[in-house]
Amino acid sequence: MTAQEERLCGLLLQEHFGEVVEKVGTHLLRSGVLNLRALVHETKLPLDLVKKSVCVLVQQGMCSFSAGRRGPGAPVEYQICCEKVLHMLRYPHYIYTAKSLYGDTGELIVEEILQRGQMTMSNTVSTVADRLTHNMPEGQCMDYSEVVTAFSRLVETHFLQRSPSVTPAGSSTSGGADSNPPAVTQPIQAETHPDCYKLPYINISGKGKRRRSDDGDADQSTAKKAKTDNSEFGDEGIYWQVNFERFHLHFRDQAIVSAVVSKLDQTSSEIVRTMLRMSEVTTPANAAFTQALSANEIFRALPSTYNIARPILDQYLTLLVDDPMEFVGRTGDSGGGMFVVNLHRALANLARATLESVVQERFGSRSARIFRLLLRKRHLEQKQVEDFAMVPAKEAKDMLYTLLSENLVQLQEIPKTPDHAPSRTFYLYTVNQLPTARLLLQHCYKTVGNLIERRLYETKENKRLLEKSQRIEAILASLQATGAEAEQLTEVEEMITAPERQQLESLRHHINKYRTSNSTPHASMTHRIHVNVTSSSFFFVLAGWIPVKTKWMRPYFLSNPTSNPQSPHAERYLDKCRLV
Amino acid sequence: MAGRGRGQLTFSVEIIGIGKGENLPPSCIQPTPVYPPLEQKPVPLQTGEEAEYMLALKQEFRGAMRTLPFYIRPTAPKKDVERYSDKYQKTETSDILEWKPDWRRFPKELRVRETRASKDKSPAVPKQVKLPRVDKVEIMHKLETLEQKEKEGSSDEEEAEKKKPEEEEADGEEVYDEEEFEDETDYAMSYFDNGEEFGGDSDDNMDEAVY
Repeated sequence: MTAQEERLCGLLLQEHFGEVVEKVGTHLLRSGVLNLRALVHETKLPLDLVKKSVCVLVQQGMCSFSAGRRGPGAPVEYQICCEKVLHMLRYPHYIYTAKSLYGDTGELIVEEILQRGQMTMSNTVSTVADRLTHNMPEGQCMDYSEVVTAFSRLVETHFLQRSPSVTPAGSSTSGGADSNPPAVTQPIQAETHPDCYKLPYINISGKGKRRRSDDGDADQSTAKKAKTDNSEFGDEGIYWQVNFERFHLHFRDQAIVSAVVSKLDQTSSEIVRTMLRMSEVTTPANAAFTQALSANEIFRALPSTYNIARPILDQYLTLLVDDPMEFVGRTGDSGGGMFVVNLHRALANLARATLESVVQERFGSRSARIFRLLLRKRHLEQKQVEDFAMVPAKEAKDMLYTLLSENLVQLQEIPKTPDHAPSRTFYLYTVNQLPTARLLLQHCYKTVGNLIERRLYETKENKRLLEKSQRIEAILASLQATGAEAEQLTEVEEMITAPERQQLESLRHHINKYRTSNSTPHASMTHRIHVNVTSSSFFFVLAGWIPVKTKWMRPYFLSNPTSNPQSPHAERYLDKCRLV
Repeated sequence: MAGRGRGQLTFSVEIIGIGKGENLPPSCIQPTPVYPPLEQKPVPLQTGEEAEYMLALKQEFRGAMRTLPFYIRPTAPKKDVERYSDKYQKTETSDILEWKPDWRRFPKELRVRETRASKDKSPAVPKQVKLPRVDKVEIMHKLETLEQKEKEGSSDEEEAEKKKPEEEEADGEEVYDEEEFEDETDYAMSYFDNGEEFGGDSDDNMDEAVY
């Protein structure tokens, strides 16, 4: 965990949970493993605040606790998982994915669980039903059974999983510990839990309730009844959390399919998508290939809209296998040919493409050509680089040195003599894909951190203006509600002068740009998949074939503020911009 | 000793490709500027319905997180002068968790009591309980010696003194309200009139039944 990751974690914790949790969290991140007393002592915060913060972090799944290392009597030790905190950047993506797969119900379920960390099924169902009912037109309400269906489907496709249960630590030691009740509970890993995805049988029925007072007494009585019924739903103690890994696998699949679309065509991408869908649940997370599927199975599983004949399918499959990107591989001949999707190789190729596009966007196409050359040929001397890349010597030198200074390219020494004399050593340029990818990832984290800080700074600087505009909007809204005349409205609107209005508009534009660009670099590195391949472990930075939209290291003031308040974008921003 | 004209380097720069007598740009001895000019303009941001929807989602999420009980605000800093009205204003609930977690899943030491008598305060309560008791015993002795000599007025004073710690102790046992422990106001918030001690202690005969 690097300094950039730490800084970003701190900013994220501050935005979502406040300064106290941020202080506690960053301290715990830096120190590794700490017990409660040490944490209180070092952060110099009052004990109850520290306790509350740790509770919040444990509830959200970012902090884990375990019995002390020095034996059963040692105090409980806490540890923060940096990755889980960084997942917070991607929450909108998860919610959007759930929406696209399972509709509004799925979206709300995932949003609720993400907000609360862990929830029981009955609690989730009732909250989501209420929210949906609130948004429905008068007279309709959402039945619990629909929400339960959506929930079950999410669990079946492994997007939600049970939270690991905690077992008392005393059970692992000898019977001597039974006299004192265990002060510490030991959580077990979520993946090894055998009932991870088993739905509990709950006795829940009813409809969503509106949160409006005009529904009258019926609401009150049913609300009371709902509260007392909560404990009788039968799933006490079974908490559900979002399975981030599964979402990441989904993003990975999407990236592969969109890559195939760009490289080949729509039909091939449908074939690949079908193959991935068929092996969704059966392929383990870190597998190098999906399950082998025969051509017959693929033919049967293709969506009915794609009416392609069997020999055409075979041709497409052959095309996919022969493609240099190696998305699909052939592993056997039974059943018309056994095919697998080469996940790791596809990811490696996609990562390489990302690196290349980053160099291209930043340094120009000639540097990109040199970079691609070095990726393919591994080690080259200065002279060879000039010859192969067909770039004049001076420019080649210049570009190589620029890339070297940015650490995208490395020099490798190969001595001819044991004394490593400089005049008798080869110096070769090389690119190491893995460290370079890591470097880019850290750049992205730094960028996101910078953008957040800039946004906070901007908001703070213009706080007065934002407050004023909010008040004006509130006045306008209340006037409109009470049916005022147009003159009064215009008078109120004129309370903001035109340059102020322009300034406000540009400010909002920038802030939203910062917010969007916060999510885009992450969209382009949607998942880093740890792969243990024989000798080394890889991080893969992914993007589609679209050029990577990372903003390099320093925030920009881009482009012209749109000073047209009538545009629909401005309207939406006006509605949604909040004071931070 | 190659490269004497360019500073002492450990290897011959011809290998990397700098020819003899070639003009290199002057070496840079200051840190790079913070905002260097960009040769290539960055690619524009993603726009489109998806991106806007996710932007809206993000803002809503952040707004919602602020209203949830997980957002912990630091304790407000103390004002410059302690005001009298502060005692009667609602103090912030600094040691109550506003949400109810399932304590079976948390380590015991994190448990924050809902009754406001957290672990820090619980050793204080027995201490305070002990002190009035000790005082009571002493005062009882004093009274016994004094009641033979003194008038009723002085014994009333001592009873009043004894009543106050008793009241506080009784209040502490009934309602875990630290305000009365810490601030000995002249007028207690819930006035507890225990008539037993009042009637019993002023009598000469201590063997009578206490009402």
